[in-house]
Amino acid sequence: MTFSYYPGCTLKTKAKDLDRYGRKAAEALGVTLEELPDWQCCGGTFSMSKDEIASKLSAVRSLASAKDKGNDLVTLCSACHNVLKQTNDAMKNDPDFSAKANNYMKLDVPYNGETNVIHYLEMLRDKVGFDKIAEKVTNPLTGKKIAAYYGCLLLRPGKVMQMDNPENPTIIEDFIKAIGAEPVVYPYRNECCGGYVTMEDKALAKKKSNKVALSAAENGADMIITACPLCLYNLNKNADESDIPVYYFTELLAEALGVKD
Amino acid sequence: MSKVTKEQVLRSSGVNVLKCMRCGKCSATCPSYDEMEYHPHQFVYMVEKGDLEPLLNSDSIYKCLSCYACVERCPRGVEPAKVVEGIRNAVLRQSGMNHIKAENIPEMLDEDLPQQAIVSAFRKYKR
Repeated sequence: MTFSYYPGCTLKTKAKDLDRYGRKAAEALGVTLEELPDWQCCGGTFSMSKDEIASKLSAVRSLASAKDKGNDLVTLCSACHNVLKQTNDAMKNDPDFSAKANNYMKLDVPYNGETNVIHYLEMLRDKVGFDKIAEKVTNPLTGKKIAAYYGCLLLRPGKVMQMDNPENPTIIEDFIKAIGAEPVVYPYRNECCGGYVTMEDKALAKKKSNKVALSAAENGADMIITACPLCLYNLNKNADESDIPVYYFTELLAEALGVKD
Repeated sequence: MSKVTKEQVLRSSGVNVLKCMRCGKCSATCPSYDEMEYHPHQFVYMVEKGDLEPLLNSDSIYKCLSCYACVERCPRGVEPAKVVEGIRNAVLRQSGMNHIKAENIPEMLDEDLPQQAIVSAFRKYKR
């Protein structure tokens, strides 16, 4: 099974574990992830303004490059996934944006959203299968109570992301079961951690991330897992009223598969 | 500040504000509600009324987390966050209106801050 892989800028720097364990686990599952040779930063966040064109072009370039490779494009960072997925949707369904982007890019063949973008978790669920993963687990995380933190970007806007039910998701809980642990469902699992507002209003980021971390802890979780470097940062640094540990889900997957170093 | 028109904001956001039925669910679910002077439902109806000046001059435009909670949960599909983004971009696109400056970034850094936060802040707070 071969996929194109988009790591994104943060996975090359501050979130190396998310990337490294993701690659190791994929290898253990018999999945080949081919890093897209000429990927660029996705832009971090998708601009909701329809007349915002230039700031979306780097995402379009990566998507068009993946089309040339011919495989589904796997993302790992929640933010990259959200930006690439929303940009792809705009290239497919917003003719005005697509025309402007294509005019600017001057590709040999225009790009109109042909690349299929899937998140690593969707790859696990839909391509590998959680049942197959459970069979390959050599080091089950038995007895660990794990809170899945979805945040915003994996699930919303639901009609574009289409990963799971945006209000009652199960994909990460099913993942937790596959690695032999016990999922903890808690009210704030799909509420915002504060995201980039940590750059603008630290107090607001602290308030939001504390709510999430305390909610997980109050519901009996030993740890939180996430797919997003900024969620991990907020829940570690800004959630100062809680000391619940936060990990990337790929680290636990690698551990369960016996390939964590 | 030069004149920003209602039509410009509607075109940029792609939102049909007339679909709003004033239920307030967007503001009820907004994680930044307490920090906002004007709340998501007010953005929608004030744009509908053409009452843009208070919004253009309010720090509320920098409190939106782009979490899409209001977009997802609006029973009428109004997508209030896109109106907030439309207003914010109308402000940021004007000369000298950047809310964050590159030269101030170093003092905001700590060893764990992901690049993603800086790139996103640049997208949301400056041109």
